[in-house]
Amino acid sequence: MKFHSFLIKYGEIGIKGKNRYLFEDALVRQIRFALKDAEGEFHVHKAQGRVYVDCEGEYDYEETVECLKTVFGIVGICPVVRLQDEGIEKLKKDVEEYIGAMYPEQNQTFKVEARRSKKSYPLNSMELNCELGGVILDAYPNMTVDVHHPQIRLNVEVREEIYLYSEIIKGPGGMPVGTNGSAMLLLSGGIDSPVAGYMIAKRGVTLEATYFHAPPYTSERAKEKVVDLARLVSKYAGPIKLNVVNFTDIQLYIYEKCPHDELTIIMRRYMMKIAEHFAKKSGCLGLITGESIGQVASQTMQSLAATNAVCTLPVYRPLIGFDKTEIVDISEKINTYETSIQPYEDCCTIFVAKHPVTKPNIERIERSERNLEEKIDELMQAAIDTVETMMIS
Amino acid sequence: MEVYLDNSATTKCYTQVGDLMYKIMCQDYGNPSSMHRKGVVAERYIKDAKENIAKILKVDAKEIFFTSGGTESDNLALIGTARANKRKGKHLITTSIEHPAILNTMRYLEESEGFNVTYLPVDSKGRVKLETLKEALSEETILVSIMYVNNEVGAVQPIEEAVRLVKQYNPDILFHTDAVQGFGKYKIHPKRVGIDLLTASGHKIHGPKGTGFLYVGEKVKIQPIIFGGEQQKNIRSGTENVPGIAGLGLAAKMIYQDLEIKTALMRELKEYFLNGILQIENTTVHGETDENSAPHIISVGFSGIRSEVLLHALEEKGIYVSSGSACASNHPAISGVLKGIGAAKEYLDATIRFSMSEFTTKEEIDYTLETLYNCVPMLRRFTRR
Repeated sequence: MKFHSFLIKYGEIGIKGKNRYLFEDALVRQIRFALKDAEGEFHVHKAQGRVYVDCEGEYDYEETVECLKTVFGIVGICPVVRLQDEGIEKLKKDVEEYIGAMYPEQNQTFKVEARRSKKSYPLNSMELNCELGGVILDAYPNMTVDVHHPQIRLNVEVREEIYLYSEIIKGPGGMPVGTNGSAMLLLSGGIDSPVAGYMIAKRGVTLEATYFHAPPYTSERAKEKVVDLARLVSKYAGPIKLNVVNFTDIQLYIYEKCPHDELTIIMRRYMMKIAEHFAKKSGCLGLITGESIGQVASQTMQSLAATNAVCTLPVYRPLIGFDKTEIVDISEKINTYETSIQPYEDCCTIFVAKHPVTKPNIERIERSERNLEEKIDELMQAAIDTVETMMIS
Repeated sequence: MEVYLDNSATTKCYTQVGDLMYKIMCQDYGNPSSMHRKGVVAERYIKDAKENIAKILKVDAKEIFFTSGGTESDNLALIGTARANKRKGKHLITTSIEHPAILNTMRYLEESEGFNVTYLPVDSKGRVKLETLKEALSEETILVSIMYVNNEVGAVQPIEEAVRLVKQYNPDILFHTDAVQGFGKYKIHPKRVGIDLLTASGHKIHGPKGTGFLYVGEKVKIQPIIFGGEQQKNIRSGTENVPGIAGLGLAAKMIYQDLEIKTALMRELKEYFLNGILQIENTTVHGETDENSAPHIISVGFSGIRSEVLLHALEEKGIYVSSGSACASNHPAISGVLKGIGAAKEYLDATIRFSMSEFTTKEEIDYTLETLYNCVPMLRRFTRR
């Protein structure tokens, strides 16, 4: 079956009152972004409260659907056959052919849902339902009508052209990126943080990301890996601005001046501070981390409280109640897992203590941090000044 | 300053080689199997390359077979002869410090084709223990494969003695040597030594990647391992990589020009470098450093510094080196070779391989030493507690 268009169903964004056009415009923009590298020409437009993707000429159906499945805000994708209005008899023939081609078993229950928005059309919606239902029953005797729970809902929309569709491919849901402000993702090379970014982006939030590296303790490849992860997330989230911060000097300074078992927690506090600096600078409304309660020493409730204490922006932790296996499932779904498990050391693991504190006391941590007073501001400033920024898409 | 000391991983192409290849790709692009003039021109390049290499090895041009590189040559040598000679016996011998192209092929022959393989140990200098070779030989033995120069510590293997031992025991046993690190550094004459098969690679001798050859002595029974249009006497099917082969041939010719002068210079630099390295406390040089070691490879353990960290620290200063062996560096397993030579535990994960080429200069070595003098104490200050 050759489809000429996709009707895009969007759930939540339909009910946003006077802001509705903002959401729809964002959806159209994100669909265009998602299709920019797909084979074929596409015309994405709004019409009568709906969003359509018209495919001009040759295009790759599978690839197009895969691209549309990455656009947050889409609840369903309906492949549409578009027909010229050449009279009711021609329409009957086309409907018969459509059902025959789409459902070769020809033994399902069905219902015709016609909508006549072109009022000059000779038959009204009810009449169309009856006529076309009759055609299907005559042509395929094993098919039966069920108006309450049909297996097939054949939609027939009569506009300037006639649209036929009956299948809905599930979209990712959520809201179009760009409709809910932006937030700063602390992106490491691990499994969790890309998933966290994905989940917040799903709610319409534009992502920016900060990565900390520690050359020569971490390699150029570890950085490449993070760039690759950002690129994979950007398939869903749209372009991501990535800040790469050199953390080596800060890390070594902490290592020299503070108790070894507090190294990780103190490091993370400084990472949060630096990430927050960049977040505020570019107008982000929050930070995002991939933390989940109790997963490692630095993610116990006490540790989370200790890292949280240095920030004034809200910190969003979408994975907070997830088990590792649940996180892995999502990372596999969004295709970041393979990249995440490449074995390059990241800066959280290089000097890690054998037995880091699991229940850090904030006052004690602050006391330890007083040992850093002499140089830490200067080192933070240097890390901020030497940031390397790139756009990933 | 940029200093490339990773020439055992790969080398920079000679400019003349690049130019020649470009010309062949864009002008003389014929298929050597074609009957028309364009094909003849292309075939001429292959003949020239064969003749260049045959002259260096002092063998017949028809005994040279071009492949996609060292790995394929090793695969063809082992699998091709093992299968062709399996009626005579199913025992193969190699060493424990071979390149993965040998070790994993041997493992395949063991697991999937029912051969028995003996892996010979090495001494603390990284040289195969000949008495164990003597003991391993049996009625069933059909092939012995020993590398020419070890790629990680640079130990030159006692190939002549090994061949003599094997052939005294039974002249029918085939002898293969993986000379990827030896070709271009030593004058090797397989026929005089009694070597039946020899592997070499293009990109280790300032030639192109994706090229290599296998010398197969005229009388050696060997089967193809890939099948197709029966090029290269049906030993290695597939349209010949004409630009690559021509590049390999020219690179071989160029690297063997004034070879003695080049290796003497490298050896001088190596000694100079070693003297400088030993100024640093708690370092060790693996394997031998005398005439029995390759002129271009220096393997140094820096106690207390993970090799990857030192590697990246040097990289920041524009110095490129390898940790352990580059081919195995992607999966950070501890080097089997270093274990094999009995290196102290503290050095297993703390060893850097420096490998020079004819382009390495004294200034570059000085700069590298200077950098090490600065980096090493700094990095040792911050070690994992």
